[in-house]
Amino acid sequence: MEFLSDLKDQVSTAYELLAAGWGVQLLWGIGWTLAVTVVSMLIGAVLGSLVAAAKLSYRGGLRFIGESYTTVFRGEPELLIIYLFYYGGTQVLTGVARSTGSIGSTDILNMPSFLGGVLAVGIISGAYQAEVFRGSFLAIHRGELEAARAYGMSAWLRFRLVIMPQVLRLAVPGLGNVWQLTIKDSALISVTGVAELMLTANKAARSTHHSLLFYTVAGILYLVMTSISTPIFEKAERYTSRSFTRPK
Amino acid sequence: MDFDFYLSTMWSVLKALPLTLEIWFFGIAFGLVIATGLTWLRASGHKFGEYFTRAYVFVFRGSPLLVQLYLIYFGLSQFDFVRHSPILWPILRDPMYCTIVAMALNTAAYESEIFRGALRAVPVGQIEAAKAFGMSAFTRFRLVTLPIALRLALPAYSTEIILMTKATALASVVTIMEMMGTAQKIQHDTFRPIEVLTCAGVIYLLLNLSIARLFAWVEYRLSPHLRPPPEQGQQVKLVPEVL
Repeated sequence: MEFLSDLKDQVSTAYELLAAGWGVQLLWGIGWTLAVTVVSMLIGAVLGSLVAAAKLSYRGGLRFIGESYTTVFRGEPELLIIYLFYYGGTQVLTGVARSTGSIGSTDILNMPSFLGGVLAVGIISGAYQAEVFRGSFLAIHRGELEAARAYGMSAWLRFRLVIMPQVLRLAVPGLGNVWQLTIKDSALISVTGVAELMLTANKAARSTHHSLLFYTVAGILYLVMTSISTPIFEKAERYTSRSFTRPK
Repeated sequence: MDFDFYLSTMWSVLKALPLTLEIWFFGIAFGLVIATGLTWLRASGHKFGEYFTRAYVFVFRGSPLLVQLYLIYFGLSQFDFVRHSPILWPILRDPMYCTIVAMALNTAAYESEIFRGALRAVPVGQIEAAKAFGMSAFTRFRLVTLPIALRLALPAYSTEIILMTKATALASVVTIMEMMGTAQKIQHDTFRPIEVLTCAGVIYLLLNLSIARLFAWVEYRLSPHLRPPPEQGQQVKLVPEVL
């Protein structure tokens, strides 16, 4: 019973606090979380396709670089990578700015927190996307590549007409998983001070002393984001594979 | 290159390795217990069991571990009954226990899905054969279903364990001085984040690589029937290539 009355109090204060401005703040937080996730996914897509190409290369050196990239960035704690880019970026920027004399010898030039966070999460996302792209490439029927070669297609034409359309189609389910991972990783860049959902919930919890409420709301909002993306990716999968569906 | 600095940093971070391993081990152990319970609940065929496990997996896989950790560490103490409970409060006021609880609850969601998939992947023919032999349900589970399912679950389980190693770093945000927390402190004291984080990164990477190797070896040992037969006259390798 004590539990129930507690819960009732929480619910009634919840409405007041959310209406008093924290609700709008949290919505902005969602906006930033989505911005971080989308930009990270794009960075990851560029890096991921390059790394996948390196891993599939016949040159040993390139394969080694690709392997090391995916091993390191999937094997390190996300938090460490984020700190490395944020604080490490600050270290580098400060060093450069001090030596060129654009800031005083005791001043510090901070890494922009959005840039640092997005780079870190994007690079992690790239490691997972590389594996997705590599898997999709390997799933392309060998005969199609041989046929394209037999037609005398150049490497670029083969890539554009045979490889890319199929990799994109086969990669959709895997990319859906990486998208979910990236949403969850984006919560970690709250440690660098990007005002995304996690940091907003943190601020609200600290200043109102209603941590249960705000972390629960944040948790629910993350659940909404991850569960909304599932049907979207399913739709994308149906769209990209529409010519492969069996006739009813 | 300042080797003394690297060495002393490496050593300070290494001294925090036992704490990291402690969080890791208990998180995994409790997670395994919860996951077993969830899998059993899901496999039992009750409607309630299915709804509960579905909801559990949805919640714990759909939100970031950081939110779950904050909710457990900062959020639950909001309830008076938690603060007055002689059992819950000593656990939930300690950041170390909270991290372990959060990690266990989180990994249980992923693991229960892994185990469910593995159970479903056990060939029906094997179970039918066991039934035809007149094995009781328990014997069937012990001698047929479980060994096959465990072997099938192993690759995905090892991935999950590596994710858990990475997750231990989150303990640093709730003031635990494990490897990440120690690295953070040194970094703030010296303002040399790149060097310090590289040292910590090397240790994490070696840890994860050895865990991966260990699982690869276990997998190799458990699936002798999947290896190609030796060629005529070829020496059988006693030490597996994965090591």
